Amino acid sequence: MHIVDRRLNPGGKSLVNRQRFLRRARAYVQQAVRDSLKDRSIKDLDKEGQISIQRDVIHEPTLHRAAQGGSRERVFPGNHDYMEGDRIKRPDGGAGAGSKAGQGEGNDDFQFALSREEFLDLFLDDLELPDLAKRRLIGGAVDGIRRAGYSTAGNPSNLSVPRTMQKAMSRRLALRRPKGADLARIEEEIALIEARDPPLPDDAVRLEALREERSTIIRRRNLIAYIDPVDLRYRRFETVPKPVAQAVMFCLMDVSGSMTEHMKDLAKRFFALLHLFLTRCYEHVEVVFIHHTDRAAEVDEQTFFYSTVTGGTLVSSALDKLIEVVQERFRPDDWNIYVAQASDGDTMQSDNGRVVSLMQQDILPFSQYFAYLEVGREEFADIESIGTTTGLWQAYAPVSEANRNFVMRKVHHRREIYPVFRELFQRKGVAERSS
Amino acid sequence: MTVELAPAPLFTGSDWDFSLINRIHDTIEPIALQEMKLNIYPNQIEIISAEQMLDAYSSIGMPLFYKHWSFGKQFVTNEMMYRKGLRGLAYELVINSDPCINYLMQENSATMQTLVIAHAAFGHNHFFKNNYVFKQWTDAEGILDYLEFAKRYIAQCEERYGQLPVERVLDAAHALMNQGVHRYPRVRPRDLKAEAAREAERQAYRDRIYDDLWRTVPSGAKADAIPSDARRAALGLPQENILYFLEKTGPLLQSWQREILRIVRLIAQYFYPQRQTKAMNEGCATYTHYRIMTTLHERGWITDGSFMEFLSSHTNVVYQPTYDSGQFGGFNPYALGFGIMSDIERICREPTEEDREWYPEIAGSNDAMEVLKDIWANYRDESFVSQFLSPHLIRQWRLFKILDKQGESELRVDAIHDERGYRRIRRSLAREYEIGRQEPDIQVVDVDLAGDRKLIVEHAVLDGVQLDAGDAAMVLQNLANLWGYEVLLREVDSETRKELKSHSAQPNAAWLR
Repeated sequence: MHIVDRRLNPGGKSLVNRQRFLRRARAYVQQAVRDSLKDRSIKDLDKEGQISIQRDVIHEPTLHRAAQGGSRERVFPGNHDYMEGDRIKRPDGGAGAGSKAGQGEGNDDFQFALSREEFLDLFLDDLELPDLAKRRLIGGAVDGIRRAGYSTAGNPSNLSVPRTMQKAMSRRLALRRPKGADLARIEEEIALIEARDPPLPDDAVRLEALREERSTIIRRRNLIAYIDPVDLRYRRFETVPKPVAQAVMFCLMDVSGSMTEHMKDLAKRFFALLHLFLTRCYEHVEVVFIHHTDRAAEVDEQTFFYSTVTGGTLVSSALDKLIEVVQERFRPDDWNIYVAQASDGDTMQSDNGRVVSLMQQDILPFSQYFAYLEVGREEFADIESIGTTTGLWQAYAPVSEANRNFVMRKVHHRREIYPVFRELFQRKGVAERSS
Repeated sequence: MTVELAPAPLFTGSDWDFSLINRIHDTIEPIALQEMKLNIYPNQIEIISAEQMLDAYSSIGMPLFYKHWSFGKQFVTNEMMYRKGLRGLAYELVINSDPCINYLMQENSATMQTLVIAHAAFGHNHFFKNNYVFKQWTDAEGILDYLEFAKRYIAQCEERYGQLPVERVLDAAHALMNQGVHRYPRVRPRDLKAEAAREAERQAYRDRIYDDLWRTVPSGAKADAIPSDARRAALGLPQENILYFLEKTGPLLQSWQREILRIVRLIAQYFYPQRQTKAMNEGCATYTHYRIMTTLHERGWITDGSFMEFLSSHTNVVYQPTYDSGQFGGFNPYALGFGIMSDIERICREPTEEDREWYPEIAGSNDAMEVLKDIWANYRDESFVSQFLSPHLIRQWRLFKILDKQGESELRVDAIHDERGYRRIRRSLAREYEIGRQEPDIQVVDVDLAGDRKLIVEHAVLDGVQLDAGDAAMVLQNLANLWGYEVLLREVDSETRKELKSHSAQPNAAWLR
């Protein structure tokens, strides 16, 4: 009998199968992941979670007899007072006499749990920051690794066998190391002469010479190694700084009194998604949070998502703040600048002119992409889409037409957040596929 | 026989280590081999973690398997059930191979490890090695090598032809897996090692004789129509093994596709005996562990405490809920197998008048173990129940038989545990274990060779129970895809030969490419 301890074997044997399963049901899993989003709190957006998809998508059919119809007989344990010939009313569910419960093969949904990684992968699939153009070197922060010839010292795992053998061979040739074949030839000749009977007259001399030669060969072969430490060559690698695209995302959120809780929730959800996307997919993206009432302030993540300040509305204040921060910290020559703004569109008429000019003159020229998200009341979803537009929307409309890097969208309901978000950050060329 | 009493119990707490497992095994071994005279494959005991158990679950318990999404589906289901605490994991898993591989969970207590070793390493192991169905159908020696070959072959196909085409073939083959079994034994025993070698040989032959010129040779004149009997005979029809039929005669399949069908078919065949002997197999293992554990306790190898732990676990395993308890989901194979086997032991030791009348050959026989071993070797569930479900047991379990006739509004109690009912109940329960009744009888009956190559498949309907229509349509689509031409499935009443229903499917043109 053998005992084998398998516990230390690498686990995850089913990983490939699991991935294949997810790939197979991808469209449905993705849909389920996106649907599950609208019920999640902002904090839990990126948590692992349980999702359910329709069972028939991944159904494996077999030929089997139907559960209904035909004549059947079955034996059951635990008779109490039935006598032969008794008639019993058919239980609900037709012919399937007895309890079918517990077999769990109904048409209910197929439920399973996704890990956080899988969840995010499905969730953020095919998204990218558009037009990430400005790449430059930043001080040694990022290193790429590239080959850099061979060296005489290094890690055993980097030993280059072909190069080492090549070196060894040239050294052997240069030092005239006798070959194994030479030795064999002489041994053979010695054996031949020794075996000769009777010996020829000059055999003794010849034998002496051959023996001499043999010992020389053996000595030389011992002295000149087949492979010598000096032959060893290792593959060498060196690190090189790689140009990296630095990007900064400005999140501008209106928190004025006109924003209802519902609207703030929508806006926060949008930014939460954005934040998640950026932190997960880009290592070198900075995020700047600015919220504004009639005054704007740069805040940290915590305040941005959870503070409850309120007040009047002055959109231009946020834009001013944005420009100020850019001038202070993010040189437009070095940084790819992205802006996402969320507001209910409620603004002072008098401010609109300034907003538009700031936008046209200052912000759009240095931005790679500016996304404006207008959040509306849930109940106005239909009315607003028909015609009434907000002040800010009206002001932005001509800007949007004139500039390709300015995009605006409206959302009224939680469920629209994710589609709109995807639309804004969809990787080019995949729009048709996943629409 | 002089019995050696234990100097001290093997263990007292619930902790175990490898040397304890060794000692447990070495203590059990003489009881099993010398006293019970079991005949087993050498054992290999492997300790695994819960995660590895989940992995093993999703590849039908085998240590290695080819890759397919359906195993991933299994895995995520089991994983969620387990994590949520809806379902525990098995304490052990045993593989019918030589040497016999037993997986034990690391979470088991020392008592449970003892139980599990007795159950799997001796009980199941003896059954695998001695039961005729296993002997006839499976090649315990070759299975691991064959699975290795299958895994490698399918991986190679994926590399060569792409993951998607391979997956399609596997999907279709899996759908027909239950129809990929030869139900009647052929003379030659399986040799899975030779299988792998044969495929390599075939490939080499194809490579050698390949000549591009053949492609340019115009195809010959049309053959004359062959009379239908001759045609059917030439094609080996009727054929119940649909995968075998496709593998041998499918007109459009590539050789690698045929090989994949073959792999799925041979694996289905390997698992076929397990489905026919579930109650017996579990019964044999349960009976063995019960005997061994009791003996260990009697001789002082295990403490009263751990014997209690064993009894509680054993009682759960052999619990049979009654039909109206709300937990009833059919007969518990452990309860049925163990119940009948314990009853046989009783009949041998202390037969009543009734037993003498019903079982004259074994009643009062001195050696119950010999009787049981003979039964373990020569029966499967159906024959086992139909012979050994005794009136005593029928009364004890208060079995009754319900008849559900088509067209009648009420169910009828056809038999109960009385003199008139014993035989009818026994016959009826045995039929539930008859594989021919569990699974529909489906055969390929004809191919329209002269015309459009339509494949005709027939389901012989028993008792008016037809196929599940939704699934049948899906499977048929897969069958049509593999066959490459139209497929017609007729459901024909097995007695009147009247056609009740027919399904048909056209191949999906893009499928095979």
